[in-house]
Amino acid sequence: MKLKWWHVGLLIALGLAIISPLASSWPDGLERVAEDKGFIEAAQGPTFEVIPDYVFPGVSSGSLATILAGVAGTLILFGLTYGLAVLLKRREA
Amino acid sequence: MHIPDGFLNTATAAATYVVSAGGVGYSIKEANKKLGEKHVPLMGVMGAFIFAAQMLNFPVMGGTSGHLIGAALAAILLGPWAGTLIMTCVLIVQALVFQDGGITALGANVFNMGLLACFVSYYLYRAVVSLTGENRTGMLVGGFVGAWASVFVAATACAIELAVSGRSPLGVALPAMAGVHALIGIGEGLITAVVLSFVMATRSDLLELQKV
Repeated sequence: MKLKWWHVGLLIALGLAIISPLASSWPDGLERVAEDKGFIEAAQGPTFEVIPDYVFPGVSSGSLATILAGVAGTLILFGLTYGLAVLLKRREA
Repeated sequence: MHIPDGFLNTATAAATYVVSAGGVGYSIKEANKKLGEKHVPLMGVMGAFIFAAQMLNFPVMGGTSGHLIGAALAAILLGPWAGTLIMTCVLIVQALVFQDGGITALGANVFNMGLLACFVSYYLYRAVVSLTGENRTGMLVGGFVGAWASVFVAATACAIELAVSGRSPLGVALPAMAGVHALIGIGEGLITAVVLSFVMATRSDLLELQKV
């Protein structure tokens, strides 16, 4: 099978998911503001959890759990946005 | 900039849900009219890329990080309505599967990082390119400016929602949110320009796709 451009695009996205353990663990802009301005404790925890905080459950290695979460999410999003586009695209004459 | 549950009051959460639902409904209508065969793989790759890139927080100053939103990139390549659909998919999966961004705050998050970010970046990009002409420099500058502004405007909207919800007065929340996101926006602008330049170098035909 010939490699199409979008196979490469998906591989690049998966590559980013694989290096995701390198991401900064510092709080993001909104979290920083919420901490500094004293309303971070207003945040409520989720009512259910699937892959909370990008850590794949039941995996002991932190980096591997993050990579698995990233790869899972990247594939879910690819399927969802690709599938949505297939459903919505106009019928070609 | 994903708002968690508990930050917004019911009125703000409900109002942003209504506006976002309307915007997403209209996006579906527009996509239904204009989306063609060639858009399909790019929609998939954009959804995957934006999700993965959002995991990569970069430090912006002592103790604070930011990450790509990706709305500008999606809107510039596919158009603001298609961009809104992609961002909505990303935000829904992040809220439901990864517990990133509250489910009650989903309307606000789609409004800030979807609708608003896509439209601001798309029209600023178009404005810059109409001044410079359709050349590489103009498109990269337009991409940077549109992407930076998308983060800044989304952060401003977020601060207004927090203030209206009684979480933090506007005089406090607005300068704090706008200040830190003016820095994060530089990262958004640089990443957007780098990806656009990569697309130009490898598959410039993707830039010619009809915008949705």
